[in-house]
Amino acid sequence: MQLRGIKRATIMGGGVALAVAVAACSSSSSPAAGGSSSPSSGSGSSSLSGTLNASGSTFQTNFQQAAISAFKSLYPNVTVNYGGGGSGKGRSDLASGTVNFAGSDSPIPSSETSSFAGKTVLYFPVQIGPIAIAYNLSGVSSLKLDSATLAGIFSGKITKWNDSAIKALNSGVSLPSEAISPVVRSDSSGTTANFSNFLVQSAGSAWTLGTSSTIKWPSSFKAANGGSGVAQAVKSTAGAIGYVDFSTATASSLTAASIKNKDGDFVAPSTAGANAAASQVTPKADLTFSTVWQAGATSYPITYQSWDLVYAKQPNANDAKLLQAYLGYLLGDGQQLLSQINLAALPSSIDSLAKAQLSKITS
Amino acid sequence: MSTATQADPANTAGSASPLAHRRPLGDRGFAILAAASGLLVLVILLMIAISTSQQATDWFSTAGLSGVFSTNWDTATNKFGALPFLYGTAITSLIAIIIAVPVSLGIALLLTEVVPRRWARPIVLLIDLLAVVPSVVWGLWGIIVLVPKLQTVYTDIASGLTGIPVLSTFFGGQSVSGASFFTAGLILAIMIIPIVTSLSREVIATVPAIDKEGAYALGATRWEMIRGAVWPHSQGGVVGAVLLGLGRAMGETIAAALVIGSSPEITSHLFATGYSMPSVIANQFGEATGGEFRSALIGLGVLLFALTIIINLSARGIVERSARRAKGA
Repeated sequence: MQLRGIKRATIMGGGVALAVAVAACSSSSSPAAGGSSSPSSGSGSSSLSGTLNASGSTFQTNFQQAAISAFKSLYPNVTVNYGGGGSGKGRSDLASGTVNFAGSDSPIPSSETSSFAGKTVLYFPVQIGPIAIAYNLSGVSSLKLDSATLAGIFSGKITKWNDSAIKALNSGVSLPSEAISPVVRSDSSGTTANFSNFLVQSAGSAWTLGTSSTIKWPSSFKAANGGSGVAQAVKSTAGAIGYVDFSTATASSLTAASIKNKDGDFVAPSTAGANAAASQVTPKADLTFSTVWQAGATSYPITYQSWDLVYAKQPNANDAKLLQAYLGYLLGDGQQLLSQINLAALPSSIDSLAKAQLSKITS
Repeated sequence: MSTATQADPANTAGSASPLAHRRPLGDRGFAILAAASGLLVLVILLMIAISTSQQATDWFSTAGLSGVFSTNWDTATNKFGALPFLYGTAITSLIAIIIAVPVSLGIALLLTEVVPRRWARPIVLLIDLLAVVPSVVWGLWGIIVLVPKLQTVYTDIASGLTGIPVLSTFFGGQSVSGASFFTAGLILAIMIIPIVTSLSREVIATVPAIDKEGAYALGATRWEMIRGAVWPHSQGGVVGAVLLGLGRAMGETIAAALVIGSSPEITSHLFATGYSMPSVIANQFGEATGGEFRSALIGLGVLLFALTIIINLSARGIVERSARRAKGA
């Protein structure tokens, strides 16, 4: 009996020791001292060490991953983690203090401002991207659409590919009498929010479903999870049409329609078209703006943007330095990574404004 | 029985033992550990309930009772009605139960009453393997393999049933989709078969051999024996097992989210796209823009939480009552 008592005590003691060990592990995310590795370039980069955690916009995930691995070779002692999860999650993580910065495809909506009360949030625009209208129609290699027909298709009013509205825009193209099956996102998404925002701004009364990260689509629409899910569904469904970000559409080699822009020109989705749209923009003082439905002959009309959100006041000097270094990289050399993943770089006017804002991050 | 007395010195020592005054230390330690663990679960549950309801109050107070239980879920106009999701959860779970229960009972009876014991073991292993498959794998299998195949099957059934009164209201309809209430129910059924089977098997195994032998002695066939001796004895326990399976089906998230079609509609057509409570939370939480939208999704979680607690508690109650009755018999 005595023996059993001892055994039990040991087991309990072991449990306590384990718990302590786990706690110690989780709290030791602070930078390791005395990094001896030599960086390849950059002044004083060896002095920077630590970890930046971030979450938010999945639109940014590809860019962040490319930038993180490139940044790592410049600053070997700095670890950056970008968790994704969606813009809404990023903003709420920032509000609750679990991340150092948050990726978001839209400025903080008025319904959320209360959670950031008393704190200054800085917006750093980091990337621009077109939303492609991908379709699957055998024999039709080029298709022109305008906002009114898109509004008709995505509210279920235009149901056949040879509808007179589509025919009028595509003289000389033989359109089949096939049914249109629109593919939409089943998950809430910044792509949906910006696509519907485009329709609200451009189609006027033809679009009645409003704008949000999820839309109440007609129930006959096919819903797919994620941008790649939509791409997959468009690819495998004859007569399908869907909105999907350009980099995903290109990766899945989908055919995309040319869209009529504000100036009345039909423009195919491209990073150049997105950049042209963004260069028309005059950002507000806090660097928020919208690149949707911009003027300019070469502007692609369904273009959207994404920001990294940071508190101006950081808890310590090291965090402020890390954020300045990483965001500085995203706005500097990192911009060149964007074209490789079919996203557009910021126009230099916005980029320089964002760079100038880096000094506002203080401790 | 003899091993039990040997292994439990606390019993044999009795109150007269000279070591009696030492025992309470270990006992007390154990009692504290056990009580703390039990309390911890309660505290965690309570904390989840409090924090989620707190964050859901925004929705409950803004929408009101009529808003919460309305059919319109339109985030673009800030309308958050939960009924389509409640309906979807109820319908898909019901389909799952209707399909899974006969199959599970069949397997359970096969294992306990029909096949020899040495064959039962590999079958149990196979069934348990079903439970090991992660739900996202079920969902992916559903969306990649099942949905395209079922699309044509559903279309054929729907066109064949046009005009037939009752059948066409359930299996007809214009917008037939491979991803639908029925597909979700089908996937959920496969997912709950293991738990319903293993619980029913355990209940059925408690039927006293003497009852069964009695039935045989009276000249009953195997089916008559099962109906007359096994069923009355295990009825309650099986109902409990079914309710536990129901609880699991209601809470299943990813698999349902992938194959249900993600459209908040209330319709009698089972081959139409729908939505369920856990899947809308999983799908829409990431980009839920603050305020009421977020609060409404958390509120759906609270409703689901309450619903599953009720189902689980009643299941436990039924199982316990039947176990007590079985012992008394």
